[in-house]
Amino acid sequence: MLLSEAVAGGPQFFNLVPLVVFFPLIGLLVNLIFGGRLSEVLVGSIASLATGLAFVVAVLLVISLVGHPDGASIALADWITIGELQLRWGFQVDTLSVTMMLVVSGVGLLIHIYAIGYMHDDVRHNGDPSRYRRFFVFFNLFIVAMMILVSADSYLMLFVGWEGVGLCSYLLIGFWYDKGANGIGNALAAKKAFVTNRIGDFGFLLAAFTMFGIFRTFNFDEVFARVPEVAETFPIAILMITLFMLLGVAGKSAQIPLYVWLPDAMAGPTPVSALIHAATMVTAGVYLVARSFPLYAVVPMAQETVALIGGITALFAATIAVAQFDIKKVLAYSTISQLGFMVAAVGMGAVVAGMFHLVAHAFFKALLFLSAGSVIQGVERGEHHVEHSSKQKKSTKGSGGHFDPQDMRNMGGLRGQMKITFWVYLIGALALAGIPPLAGFWSKDEILLEASHLNPTVYYLLLAAAFFTAFYMGRQVVMIFFGRPRSDAAAHASESPLVMTVPLMILAGLSALGGLLNLPWTHTFGHFLEHTIKIEEAVQEIALGEEAAKASISFDPIVAAISVGLALVAIALAWWLYHRRYQEMLSLPPAKRPDDPLRGMLGPVFQLLENKYWIDELYWAVILNPYIAISRFLADQVDWRFWHDWFHDRVIAGGFNALTRLLSIRFDLGFIDAIANGLGSLTGKLAGRMRQFETGYVRTYALSVFLGVVIILGYLILR
Amino acid sequence: MLPVEYYVGLSAILFTIGALGVLIRRNALVIFMSVELMLNAANLAFVAFARAYEAVSGQIFVFFVMTVAAAEVAVGLALIVTIFQNKQSIDVDQMNTMKG
Amino acid sequence: MTPDLIVFFLLALVAVASALGMLFSRNAVYAALLLILNFSTVAIFYLILSAPFIALAQVTVYAGAIMVLFLFVIMLLGAEQTGRASPIWWLKPLALGLGVVLLIEAIYIVTSQRGVMQAMDTVAPTFGGPTAIGETLFRQFVLPFEVTSILLLVAMIGAIVLSKVKTPQG
Repeated sequence: MLLSEAVAGGPQFFNLVPLVVFFPLIGLLVNLIFGGRLSEVLVGSIASLATGLAFVVAVLLVISLVGHPDGASIALADWITIGELQLRWGFQVDTLSVTMMLVVSGVGLLIHIYAIGYMHDDVRHNGDPSRYRRFFVFFNLFIVAMMILVSADSYLMLFVGWEGVGLCSYLLIGFWYDKGANGIGNALAAKKAFVTNRIGDFGFLLAAFTMFGIFRTFNFDEVFARVPEVAETFPIAILMITLFMLLGVAGKSAQIPLYVWLPDAMAGPTPVSALIHAATMVTAGVYLVARSFPLYAVVPMAQETVALIGGITALFAATIAVAQFDIKKVLAYSTISQLGFMVAAVGMGAVVAGMFHLVAHAFFKALLFLSAGSVIQGVERGEHHVEHSSKQKKSTKGSGGHFDPQDMRNMGGLRGQMKITFWVYLIGALALAGIPPLAGFWSKDEILLEASHLNPTVYYLLLAAAFFTAFYMGRQVVMIFFGRPRSDAAAHASESPLVMTVPLMILAGLSALGGLLNLPWTHTFGHFLEHTIKIEEAVQEIALGEEAAKASISFDPIVAAISVGLALVAIALAWWLYHRRYQEMLSLPPAKRPDDPLRGMLGPVFQLLENKYWIDELYWAVILNPYIAISRFLADQVDWRFWHDWFHDRVIAGGFNALTRLLSIRFDLGFIDAIANGLGSLTGKLAGRMRQFETGYVRTYALSVFLGVVIILGYLILR
Repeated sequence: MLPVEYYVGLSAILFTIGALGVLIRRNALVIFMSVELMLNAANLAFVAFARAYEAVSGQIFVFFVMTVAAAEVAVGLALIVTIFQNKQSIDVDQMNTMKG
Repeated sequence: MTPDLIVFFLLALVAVASALGMLFSRNAVYAALLLILNFSTVAIFYLILSAPFIALAQVTVYAGAIMVLFLFVIMLLGAEQTGRASPIWWLKPLALGLGVVLLIEAIYIVTSQRGVMQAMDTVAPTFGGPTAIGETLFRQFVLPFEVTSILLLVAMIGAIVLSKVKTPQG
């Protein structure tokens, strides 16, 4: 409060907001045009600098907002003006959008710096150092698109950014487009992400069209101003809009049924997974629902749907994460699950809780992904070391055949070799599990608190998900860092360079202290966001009654105790299973030794989880294969054989040729030529007859004279 | 004296016979002679009319006709001789290279 | 039947007969001789018609010079060869037909001009005599007379040029 009083009416930097888009744009252009001649460090630094400058602008905007909390709307250019349709490129500076800007540019900056080091190793590991520059160009492009998304002042501009981040996601997932399973695995993953996203975009577009049809505008302020009257006259329209939007959210934020692209997206380099698929792009859906709160608030049925989907997704994904062996896949499913938390929160109307968890999750999930990258590279360094130094056969006890540095079964005991990575990873894991006083506790607890009051079903779903979350994170930490190394590569793993570990440490600090943003007693962040989301308190009042609302906003020790207790139980269980039980298992002969204690305990259930409930296979069988068969049928049979071969070639072309033949042979040759030739031959015949007068005999000429005389005389006589 | 019609009628008969001679005969010389006959018949008509209308100019005309006939015969016969030297024949029906 | 008429018919008969004879004679020499007879007869007619100068000019020029020239050429070129049948066999009957038609037309014209034929008037005895002819000739017709002399000259030159025998170079 003091700060705002001090700065009230203070400096205004709202006009700088276009720079959050243009700084990264300039960065990417510089790298695109000149990057070929610059060193790797310079390329990465330019990209990081661009993002850093965007962060600085975002900070300035925060300062401006402190003094002018209502924000501003800055118009940059007119885009389309046709009659009633007036679309412009405008920037919305308010607390919600600036929050997102800070997260994107701040976390983005740290990940950029990390990537300078990570990509240096990665391009060499994959054998194409010239692709370094390309990575940073795409990375900056992503920042540009994400900034457009969060700074937009209308649904249309938001969609522009929405599409842009979808494109960048595709480009970055498929960054190593010639690698992956069978040489196209990564490209296929990118395609899957793009197509699944597109289905979501389809929903978004339907929502946008309906919105324009009813509201005649896309602009946030104008739409929200008209919501009350439309809610009176045409509530079905708002329900339709919100449900269609939910489809878009499911696509972008990986909820059921469109989450299937996110695990496959792990094929991209680790910084990509950290930035796009953990911290920023996937949160776009959450942002959309938060922004559209006035729409959702008037259709409780849509809110219920959103919350349920979020809750079910959270639990569903968490169970799958329990049985995954790839370090990044665990984190991917974890992301889906946490997104479920966020979506459930904003769906229920707990927008502040949802956004708070978004920010906290950005910190520790980015941390976890980057640390995972560090772990993977450490193991790769170990593998490299093993290959070069000794002639010993690699021990690949964890998995058979080709050595996978991302498989947790090949790790173990890395706590000794990679100390910094271990500690930051531990902080991230505990934050995710929801252990106080780390950030994840405060944010997750707030969500659980709201859920317990607003939607008990969702509360139980989220609680179960929280249990599994803690369990699989414990499992992961124990499998990677504790016990003995399960492969030579792990035994020789080494720590990552400073350029990578320093951002990790910063993120770890943020994960630890991030809870201060919105402690239940101060609610700094909540008050900050309130300026944009004014209805939240009204909703709370409607839902619970005024007094209960005032009492419940702060803190409920029972809910907190239950969640923390469950988390601790889960972690203890994980420790017992994967440390103790595992040691016992090692005594069994290799043939009978399962790779995971749970496999023995849960048997077929474990297999179900490990295979992700065979959802992908289900989609292929029920949707994709029939679709492909239909298109093949349409293409081969209908288009080629029927349309081209029969209709075009035989009916149209054949008919045309027959007509031509008719005209040319029967009419032109037969009729017109006959006339022309006939005239000629007629003249010839006539000439032939006439020629007979020229007999050559003088006497006939004399005869003709004589004849003439006779005739003339006769004429004269008879006259 | 007889009416002039008699003489003119005779002239007509002689003229017709001469014309027929031109048409029917194939010998070039005989054709030429028939032409002379025709000229002669015309002369007769002139003289008859000169007598009938007491105009000497009729006889003068006959004088000139005779002169011209003589000149014509001279040239014509020379032509016939030349043709005979080329064609070895005086059959006009064999002089038909202008046919067509 | 006046004597004029009898004489006329006799002479006319001879004239026509000799003409027909010339027409149908196969022998060119006979034809020439018959023509001479015809000319002579016509000369007598000239005499009857008070044209003594013309009559004698006829005999001298026509019968005497022209026909002799004809006879020279006939004998020079040899006897007529009748040869093959003419390809235009249809000409003879047609010509005869037309000739008959012409004859009919001519006679009709001649006899239909005056309703009644009148005898010719008498003329002065000097009519048609050399004096009369000469006077008219050299007074009114002197230009044609001079032109005719040039014509005769041209004809002579032409005849000489045309009848030059082409001798081989030597």
